[in-house]
Amino acid sequence: MRLRLPDLPAAEAQLFPEGRMAGPMPWVIAVMIFLTVLAAAMGMGVSRAATGVAADVAGRVTIQLIEANSVRRAKQAQAIERHLAEQAGVENFQRVSAAEVTALLEPWFGKAGLDQDLPVPMLIDVTLRPGAEKALPQLSEAVRALAPSARIEPHGQWLAPLSAAMRSLVWLAGLLVVLMAVASVAIIVLAARSALNTHRATLEVLHLLGASDPQIARLFQRRLGLDALFGAVIGLFAGSLAILLLGYRFAAMGSDLLGSFGIGLAGWLALLAVPVVTAIMAMLAARLTVLAALRHML
Amino acid sequence: MTHIIQFENVGLRYGNAPETLSDISFSLTRGGFYFLTGPSGAGKTSLLKLLYLAQRPSRGVVRLFGDDMVTMPRDRLPDYRRRIGVVFQDFRLISHLSAFENIALPLRVAGHKEAAIAQRVTELLAWVGLGARTDALPQTLSGGEQQRVAIARAVITQPDVLIADEPTGNVDPAMALRLLRLFEALNQLGTTVVVATHDAQLMSGVGHAHTLRLNEGRLA
Repeated sequence: MRLRLPDLPAAEAQLFPEGRMAGPMPWVIAVMIFLTVLAAAMGMGVSRAATGVAADVAGRVTIQLIEANSVRRAKQAQAIERHLAEQAGVENFQRVSAAEVTALLEPWFGKAGLDQDLPVPMLIDVTLRPGAEKALPQLSEAVRALAPSARIEPHGQWLAPLSAAMRSLVWLAGLLVVLMAVASVAIIVLAARSALNTHRATLEVLHLLGASDPQIARLFQRRLGLDALFGAVIGLFAGSLAILLLGYRFAAMGSDLLGSFGIGLAGWLALLAVPVVTAIMAMLAARLTVLAALRHML
Repeated sequence: MTHIIQFENVGLRYGNAPETLSDISFSLTRGGFYFLTGPSGAGKTSLLKLLYLAQRPSRGVVRLFGDDMVTMPRDRLPDYRRRIGVVFQDFRLISHLSAFENIALPLRVAGHKEAAIAQRVTELLAWVGLGARTDALPQTLSGGEQQRVAIARAVITQPDVLIADEPTGNVDPAMALRLLRLFEALNQLGTTVVVATHDAQLMSGVGHAHTLRLNEGRLA
């Protein structure tokens, strides 16, 4: 029957002489995690803002009646409103009042107001029920049948370039996170190799005294895991502080878009997982590096 | 008579160089006391490396405790290494660990309880005359003191086999005799002792010891 070798007791954690934060690795990890946290927060924040904006404008449509004849325009508006009222997919609709239209045009026509003879488009804001956006082509067809000169403008269409830009930012942030994760793993592997070279004499003595490969690997992975965890916690703390400060600044600007630039509870939980994932990666890298080196010994 | 170690036609070659050891055949009995001697470069350290499982032979058969070490999977070798105590010629003490911690290392590797470790290490430190240097780091110890720590580390587990490479090279004759008595005491408890040495006086100090003489990689 094969004997199972026991684990090294906790006292063996002192086998490596340097205290925590003795080498550059934890500090490099701290910087990498700081940047990773910022990139991840940017990605999550932009994604959340994009989702919020998309949700706000989803199903919202403006019908513009640009018929020059005011009487005909009013009749067309009434006919369209009657049609809208009969549609199950329409949640609500509202004609934009003349005062609101005047206010909208004020930057161009001044406070004196509009000339009574100037034909001003009539606007009807329509909100579709969730899922009813698919019926928009049929609705457009029906509206044009009632008012051939009507223009139907889904709000999402106006925001399409902004949404595309925001999606690009999210992808870029994701790419940055992946690149920094790869760089962090490379740093950890280099640190593991460096630690291995520094402590090779200790490792050889342990090996000849009968320590098994997993016992020795455990010592290294514990040390590197703790160093990486320490660095990652510092990086997370600094990154979180930066995110909170930026959030405070954005909120102070009073912008709807920037004001929605938060990462939410799920985002914060994801960021909290970063040090844990980093420590696990460090332990895995250390273990594989040490086991590979030990395989060269008898 | 039980053979605890058997070598049959063992050869050892490093890379493409000529064989360092050639056609080595011998058997060591359980509880025997052996001196390994020969001129410098004869292959004593290489033979010891085969004995303490730091190296596999290029050819031949090496049996330890009845098992073939040449074909033994490497993940099972730690079980065998724990039954062997080694005093290295260069001591190989871990520089940032105290004398106590260095001696305690084999017990910790084997998973002994801390209370038992403290008692055994303290007793042995006193026995080798280092009771007052418990917390001293190796670099603060003299060569002789370091050697005694290395010997204490090798014998702390009361191994089945004790292998010592020039164990008395750095100590005065009185301490050499004292250490030899420690080896003999272990030997009387059943430990097979193999001591590589040039010291003729040391070899004459153990009447019942056998001598293996190496010359140019071959047993004379």
